[in-house]
Amino acid sequence: MTRSRLATLTAGALGVVVLAACTPGSNTASTPAPTVSSVNTDAAKLGNVTLTIWDQEVRGGQAAQMQKLNDEFQKAYPNIKIKRVSRSFDDLKTTLRLALSGNEPPDVVEANNGRSDMGEFVKAGQLLPLDKWAEAYGWNERYPASVRQYVSYSPDGKTFGEGNLYGLPQVGEVVGIYYDKKVLADAGVTAPTTWADFETSLATLKGKNQVPLMLGNLEKWPAIHVFGTIQGRTTPADQIRELAFGRQGPTWNTPENTKAAQTLVDWVDKGYLNPGFNGEDYDPAWQAFSKGTGAYLIAGTWLQADLQKAMGENVGFMLPPGDTADAKPVATGGTGLPFSITSKSKNPDAAAAYINFITNAKASAVLATTGNLPLADTAEQQSAGLQKDVFTSFAKAVDGDGLVPYLDYATPTMPDTLGAALQDLLAKKATPEQFLATVEKDRSAFVAKNG
Amino acid sequence: MAYLYLLPAFLVYAAFLLYPLVRAVQISFYDWDGLTLASWVGFQNYADVLADEGLRAAFGHALVLIGFFAVLPTVVGLVLASILNRARVRGLPFFRTVVFLPQVIAMVVVAVAWRRIFAPDGGLNSLLDAVGLGSLGRAWLGDYGTALPAIGFVGTWFETGLVTILLLAGMGRINPELYEAARLDGAGPVREFLAVTLPSVRGEISVALTLTVIAALRTFDLVYVTTRGGPGTTTSVPSYEVYNRAFQLGQVGSAAAIGVCLTVLIFAISFVITRIGDRGDS
Repeated sequence: MTRSRLATLTAGALGVVVLAACTPGSNTASTPAPTVSSVNTDAAKLGNVTLTIWDQEVRGGQAAQMQKLNDEFQKAYPNIKIKRVSRSFDDLKTTLRLALSGNEPPDVVEANNGRSDMGEFVKAGQLLPLDKWAEAYGWNERYPASVRQYVSYSPDGKTFGEGNLYGLPQVGEVVGIYYDKKVLADAGVTAPTTWADFETSLATLKGKNQVPLMLGNLEKWPAIHVFGTIQGRTTPADQIRELAFGRQGPTWNTPENTKAAQTLVDWVDKGYLNPGFNGEDYDPAWQAFSKGTGAYLIAGTWLQADLQKAMGENVGFMLPPGDTADAKPVATGGTGLPFSITSKSKNPDAAAAYINFITNAKASAVLATTGNLPLADTAEQQSAGLQKDVFTSFAKAVDGDGLVPYLDYATPTMPDTLGAALQDLLAKKATPEQFLATVEKDRSAFVAKNG
Repeated sequence: MAYLYLLPAFLVYAAFLLYPLVRAVQISFYDWDGLTLASWVGFQNYADVLADEGLRAAFGHALVLIGFFAVLPTVVGLVLASILNRARVRGLPFFRTVVFLPQVIAMVVVAVAWRRIFAPDGGLNSLLDAVGLGSLGRAWLGDYGTALPAIGFVGTWFETGLVTILLLAGMGRINPELYEAARLDGAGPVREFLAVTLPSVRGEISVALTLTVIAALRTFDLVYVTTRGGPGTTTSVPSYEVYNRAFQLGQVGSAAAIGVCLTVLIFAISFVITRIGDRGDS
């Protein structure tokens, strides 16, 4: 008994010591929101500096472009030494939090745009506002407002989509519709130019015993892109933006959103989706599409390189069509992960020069040739086949101010809430009204707290 | 003086176990996003654990998993071990190895493999098709009725080997004279099992139950890799919620509170099991 009593006592003593030591977060908390007064854009004259950069460009073309641009940067500015740390997206996400609250964080980091990452870092004063450099380097001309909104926050991190610029992305993303040309031709369908055409073609394809639309929704988030695409037809773009940025304003409980949810349920009822989609993986689903199962695939431009490789000339890509062939585009999309400068960086000017270098016109050309979708000057890049479809679609969406943010940006808990609620909706465990009520509950709870 | 010898081990134990534990308990009393200064909320996080319907369901799912991870493997293991033990089959080491094999594989690998087996075009549905039961086929992990049992079944498959080997070792130690005596008294195989085998391996059963119940309650990798708590929230479990809240949602205080509750629950259940197991021996 004495031994266990001793252990209890020690544990207790230890506990008191710990509790007296510090409140969680107290070692990082006192940082005031950083400001930048003057900037220097002549990187060659910054002296010998070392830049530590954390990125998640680890796959295929992403890794290739990063390597190439880093090499070119080193050649252009031998006085700046790059120390690159590359991690997969998931690993970066889980370690970045700890790294940023440490005393020697990296100079440049790739932080996800959403509230749960960049928003939190801004709130904690860990990222520098880039507006001064944006002025000096002309970033505001490089990227239109519809792109910059994805990396803008108010200094307190509470308002997403406007305020200061906290990062600069390299690549763009847009969710559209991939189509298998052969499957469409076999069913006597031409690629639709209006939304009504698209829905008619779904019915025609079903009648010909084809799977009209492929979906692999085991991971929960893929259906968010399908729902977002439908919502873009029923709900005004401004409303979607307000919802997705988690602002005070429109609610989910509107007739337009109900119609979107109902449309999705109707598609399930009519058998437009492959059976068992809720238990199908995302990757096997698009791989099945690439092998001829399914006529359409609603997915983002990140699949372009893989699908082009697998299907060659047989695959096309379009933005979700509107009421008429020349309707204003509305499509879910945004940017790849933006590059930000940490507030404890000792060489913010060198960091800004680096970010400028990897996003300028030359960088866009490198991005395009390595199979990525550059954000700036997209339409001017050399491309062919599916890549050309993707580039022109993205340019059209950006020029037409038609990008609407991912719906799961709205609140830190929204990816979870919306994903699970959509699985419920698709499996008919929830009615469209119940689905919207669940999502609205998440939004209103957050908005009430956030202000 | 004797405590001095314990000191080195205790320091390591304290640094890597007690300190994190105490710290987790401390964090659970705060509302903390992991970045900015935390604010004291007292028992609010614990109240939320009780009040949150989704979390209560998650603990419920963990209890269902105990059935699949602990109870079923113990029953199957008992039957399997007594057959292997009684039959004195040739090549016993071979069977022992085969039965134990799942334990050797990392859970993540197991989960990836079973995810493919349960897929709509995966092995299980092909098998059902082949034997003419294709109409029973479904997206096992995407179906609201089958997702949790499907995950549980993987647990049964995984833990049965461990339990069998444990019990087999226990049965090997039983004095053969006991069986002889039972047989002379006219006991059949079932009677023999109930009167001799079962009481003798009581200790092993309690060890097996403790290990498997803990495995069931802390299941994370299996759920993370196969369903991420879906479809809907039908397979969410407490450990997954801890990860989700701490690393994805930035609700570190709440995550710590769930972790503490889970620790207490695991401790209580193992305590009860060991108590019951011990009573038989003394």
